[in-house]
Amino acid sequence: MSRIAPLMLGAVAYAPKVVTIWEGFKAWFAERGLAIDYLLYSNYETQVEAQFAGDIAFAWNSPLAWIRASRIARARGEAVLPLAMRDADRDLHSVLVVRSDSRVQALADLRGVTIGFGAIDSPQATLIPLDHLRHEGGLVAGKDYQARRFDVLGGKHGDHIGGERDAASALVRGEIDATWMIAGNYRAFADEGTLPAGASRIVATTGAFDHCNMTVSPGVPQEATQRFGDLLRSMDWNDARVRPLLELEGLRSWLPGRSNGYALLERAVTDEAFYDDQGRIVEPAYRY
Amino acid sequence: MTTKAESSSPLIDIESLGFDAGAHLLVRHALDALRPGQSLRVVGAAPGWEVMLEHWCRGQGHLVLWQAGEGGRFAVIDRDHRYGRWRDAQQTGHSDPLVAEAVAPCASPAWGLAARGAQVEAGSPEFAFRLDQKREVWSENAADLYAQAVAAQWNPDEAIDWSVPFELPAPVEAAVVQIMTYLVENENAALVVPARFLGQLHPHYREIQAALAIQVADEARHIEVFTRRIRHKGHEPALSTAGGQASLKTLLDEPDFSVASFLLSVMGEGTFVTLLQFLQSHAPDRLTRQIARLAARDEARHVALGMSHLLYRLKSEPRLRSRLAHAVEQRHGALEGTAGLNEEVFDALILIAAGELTPAAVARGYAKVQTLMREMADGRYTRLVRLGFGQAQARQLAALHTRNFM
Repeated sequence: MSRIAPLMLGAVAYAPKVVTIWEGFKAWFAERGLAIDYLLYSNYETQVEAQFAGDIAFAWNSPLAWIRASRIARARGEAVLPLAMRDADRDLHSVLVVRSDSRVQALADLRGVTIGFGAIDSPQATLIPLDHLRHEGGLVAGKDYQARRFDVLGGKHGDHIGGERDAASALVRGEIDATWMIAGNYRAFADEGTLPAGASRIVATTGAFDHCNMTVSPGVPQEATQRFGDLLRSMDWNDARVRPLLELEGLRSWLPGRSNGYALLERAVTDEAFYDDQGRIVEPAYRY
Repeated sequence: MTTKAESSSPLIDIESLGFDAGAHLLVRHALDALRPGQSLRVVGAAPGWEVMLEHWCRGQGHLVLWQAGEGGRFAVIDRDHRYGRWRDAQQTGHSDPLVAEAVAPCASPAWGLAARGAQVEAGSPEFAFRLDQKREVWSENAADLYAQAVAAQWNPDEAIDWSVPFELPAPVEAAVVQIMTYLVENENAALVVPARFLGQLHPHYREIQAALAIQVADEARHIEVFTRRIRHKGHEPALSTAGGQASLKTLLDEPDFSVASFLLSVMGEGTFVTLLQFLQSHAPDRLTRQIARLAARDEARHVALGMSHLLYRLKSEPRLRSRLAHAVEQRHGALEGTAGLNEEVFDALILIAAGELTPAAVARGYAKVQTLMREMADGRYTRLVRLGFGQAQARQLAALHTRNFM
């Protein structure tokens, strides 16, 4: 008896819940007649490379992984496609936070201070913030201010928020003068008590950027892509059986993927020399 | 002031309150107050409030648009009705048991641990509470009995005068220790049986849950004071017989709530009330008499709960009566090969009632214990008749009750 080979999906195991999420998705798709299976990677770099080795049809990619995949594809004369994204992935912002009593009121006041960043490969807490300071404030790390990185779990592209939390704690303790975090974490850190209410203040906000997307690998048949995308977008938060899965993955609904929300990160990756234009890793301090 | 134009789109000012300090609460409550078709306008002054508001709304599934106004930018939020977490929520009866349909005939596994009357989100996990049928567990006056129990709780250190002076002849003190040893063993059963059902009872039946819980607490206190009486003069607990434990084990082995209530509360604890009243009247020292009086009062409530439950269930299910009768017969059969009440307990009761080891005193004590036995059987008979058993069957079943009393 022949068995149709499942469509393989790649995801990065940044936390144990990742297994729960994709097991749930696999079962949900199976009930609807589409066989999918998943491969878990310990880091996004290997996952992106697997997209070009033919190992996986789809990859649940971080924004930085998307940049790399699209650069590699371009260099190889192939194409990757952002099939879908969460409603929670669109038009995000990161904020620069200082202590309430800080003398810092604007970007210009940041000269000479120490600013906290997240993991070296975090789009929201490192790369886009570096870019914001460079282009909006004319400030370059190491020259105009001291950058202190709070590196947790390289290769996870900042999915693990531990770096941002460590930086927030360091801000409260007075070890750094300012720190970056994605807006959602600002409230999460307040809710959990890491940032005492009223003890901090937002002093700058980045432009809008998109986060993860479900990236189609080169050469995946159009029909399979279509079927997978349609089913994904039909997942209904109002369905009590699906809701726990969507809540674990942090979304209310799946939206069509788009590639025009990554301009800030594109520029940051080039200016901060993280990948080259062919998607090769050039940041020497990056470990994963 | 609210103008008509504004009333179709209310405006709130979160001022300088940040989303790191609870601003979302103002927005949430304002959204909850919207009528269908309305949107909410929000202005704020905290640095970065716009981005934080957008983030919060995205997480909640609300669409945000920005508009320019006289005082600056304000947000317009549409409440998106697609995202109804509570749309298929289940209503779990009502908290007041007297309201119509407050207590469900069958409690859904998915109601889980929710307060009765709460709305439970669809997709909540299912809990395996075995006792989820009202008719299997309910009692009309459980709430009253619980309230009485709460009001009647006593602190052993305050309710009992442990310093009351007394010296008993050594054999009499030993008899008291033996009785207390027996009581602890029986109260262990009286604690474990309701405690086991408590863990299987659906919390929807809150009044029963509370009544069982305080019953368990009562028994824990009894075990404490009986143990303290054993140790009062420096003794260790005395003898525990195989027959006594076999009798109690049949209570623990009974899986049916009603049958177990019948055997434990109506037959066993009912008999125990008579025994404790006997000790209250005839124990040789004031300390033991005080302890027996307080414990008897609690046990009477336990009997009332069991009776009340059985009367409730028998009303709609008269056939249960034959199962109850069968349970007594079966238990009697199972225990026929055991010694029943241990000799030491029987003799100790005589000695306690006698107060001293003289022929005249022992004769008095023996007569009192004979009366006790008759009163115990009469009590069982009376309760069985109240449960609707015919006189002849009640007489027969009362006599078949375990010789171990409990």
